Amino acid sequence: MSKVHSEEKLKQQRLIDLIFRKTTWFFTLVVFSLLAAIMGSLLIGSLPAIKAFGFDFMVSADWNPVTEKFGAVVPIIGTLVTSLIALSIGIPVSFGIALFLTELSPPWLRRPLGTAIELLAGIPSIIYGMWGLFVFAPLFAKTIQPWLQNTLGQIPGIGLLFEGSFMGIGILTAGIILAIMVIPFVAAVMRDVFEVVPPMLKESAYALGATTWEVIWNVVLPYTKIGVVGGIMLGLGRALGETMAVTFVIGNAHQLHASLFMPGNSIASALANEFTEADGELYTSALIELGLILFFITFIVLAGSKILLAQLKKREGNIT
Amino acid sequence: MISIYTRRRIINAINLTFSFLAMLFGLFWLFWILWTLLDKGLSGISLDIFTQMTPSPGSTGGLLNAIAGSLVMVTLATLIGTPVGIMAGTYLAEFGQRGWLAPTTRFVNDILLSAPSIVIGLFIYTVYVAKVGHFSGWAGALALSLIVIPVVVRTTEDMLRLIPDSLREAAAALGAPQWKVVTLVTWRASKVGIMTGVLLAVARISGETAPLLFTALNNQFWSSDMDRPMANLPVVIFQFAMSPYEYWQALAWTGALLITLSVLGLNIAARLFMRKHTSSQ
Repeated sequence: MSKVHSEEKLKQQRLIDLIFRKTTWFFTLVVFSLLAAIMGSLLIGSLPAIKAFGFDFMVSADWNPVTEKFGAVVPIIGTLVTSLIALSIGIPVSFGIALFLTELSPPWLRRPLGTAIELLAGIPSIIYGMWGLFVFAPLFAKTIQPWLQNTLGQIPGIGLLFEGSFMGIGILTAGIILAIMVIPFVAAVMRDVFEVVPPMLKESAYALGATTWEVIWNVVLPYTKIGVVGGIMLGLGRALGETMAVTFVIGNAHQLHASLFMPGNSIASALANEFTEADGELYTSALIELGLILFFITFIVLAGSKILLAQLKKREGNIT
Repeated sequence: MISIYTRRRIINAINLTFSFLAMLFGLFWLFWILWTLLDKGLSGISLDIFTQMTPSPGSTGGLLNAIAGSLVMVTLATLIGTPVGIMAGTYLAEFGQRGWLAPTTRFVNDILLSAPSIVIGLFIYTVYVAKVGHFSGWAGALALSLIVIPVVVRTTEDMLRLIPDSLREAAAALGAPQWKVVTLVTWRASKVGIMTGVLLAVARISGETAPLLFTALNNQFWSSDMDRPMANLPVVIFQFAMSPYEYWQALAWTGALLITLSVLGLNIAARLFMRKHTSSQ
């Protein structure tokens, strides 16, 4: 009697087990299919634009809602240039911060400083945008832009980049705000990968008489190379897709200029500014295609970063 | 000619100074931005902010409908996203040892974690808003929930992996079925960690503006109907800050201060939580 009862119970438990496993499996499938769903829906949404413009969309700099001629060149270039500026400022600074946090800082300062940098990453991007527009841009126009024009602007060739009036907003300002935003992300990853270097390696180098810098440059950096690049790409992924901070300060003009002082546009800020006001199927569709391009670029960058970081992890297992 | 030793020492000193300056540089922005927020936003904080609706140009008001709308959407997004995230994270940590689904989902999840949030908004627009034909609070909550999911998946998996296998084996040896091992042993042991993940996700979506632009849009009035455009703090800040009216801009600064304080508060709370969790293990 009691045996039958327990067998029934066992069966029941097995059933619950199966249901539980299948439920978690199902939700995993949901997460898994999200990426494809996003890609697919954006692709369907942008079909009218793809049909109308074909490959021209990628090489045309037109953006005229009235005549319904759209091309993605201006926002794509704006996105790439601002991200590039952000990285060229962000990489050395993040490296310095990571270095300070792992090698130089007294241990009691490590945690509060690390937290402070992580808090910088937590500030919502719209705050960066507002601050950039109302506080940073006026100051930038008054002091740094004239200085840049008087120094770098005098060099033939490079000078073209710093031409024009001092408006405060524009591609360069957007790039600098982006730099401030990506620094905490990149610095956090770099700090984490620097910490995986086996102490024995560093100590051996110190024992041979290397200075702190030489240990970092010749031991830590080569060891963590892949991880550092992964972290940089993660920062690049952030910079490419950042919307609000850029929208405030980039100027939102569909124009192509050599000068970094001039307003421009990025994919994300074009979307933020124009999408709700876009009337007509083709206009909306062109904007969705912009979104698709952005998603595609960030996908490639982020996927690359993941693969690199995973490689570092694998190697870490082999050496130690 | 300076000796090689002096040169090495000088290079060392220069580069370490640079590192120190970089640290100061990073902190400098943090304090500058916080100081600006306090400077411009603190004076606007009054009871009106929490009791009045957003004003039309020329009149006075507060941010009540925006704060309420944000709270509602963030809560709903968390309620939708958390179970999905915890279930998927559980699969990845507990059942996903074999097969293709776990590794690919882990990869996809990492991409989603850093995907541009404006694209998430665009996605919800094309699959939901465009189909029903109008912006709505539901769409906003859905878009935010898509940002919650990857954060929760990631932390849930990480936290469950911290649980030693011996704990699972002990429970199994006592005859517990797998679902009991997971729900009563591993979930319970990593409760604090998983909650931290949820907190971090809430912090992340509280300040998100981009995904709400094409989903919840905005509403100048009190909106209790989730099926209509819904006011929310980030979009109100965006519109008011970009407006030519000084009173609106002042309100935007106050809103910005509120949002930043809550996001930073949540972040710090999550960190304290986590510290307690890891030190108790």
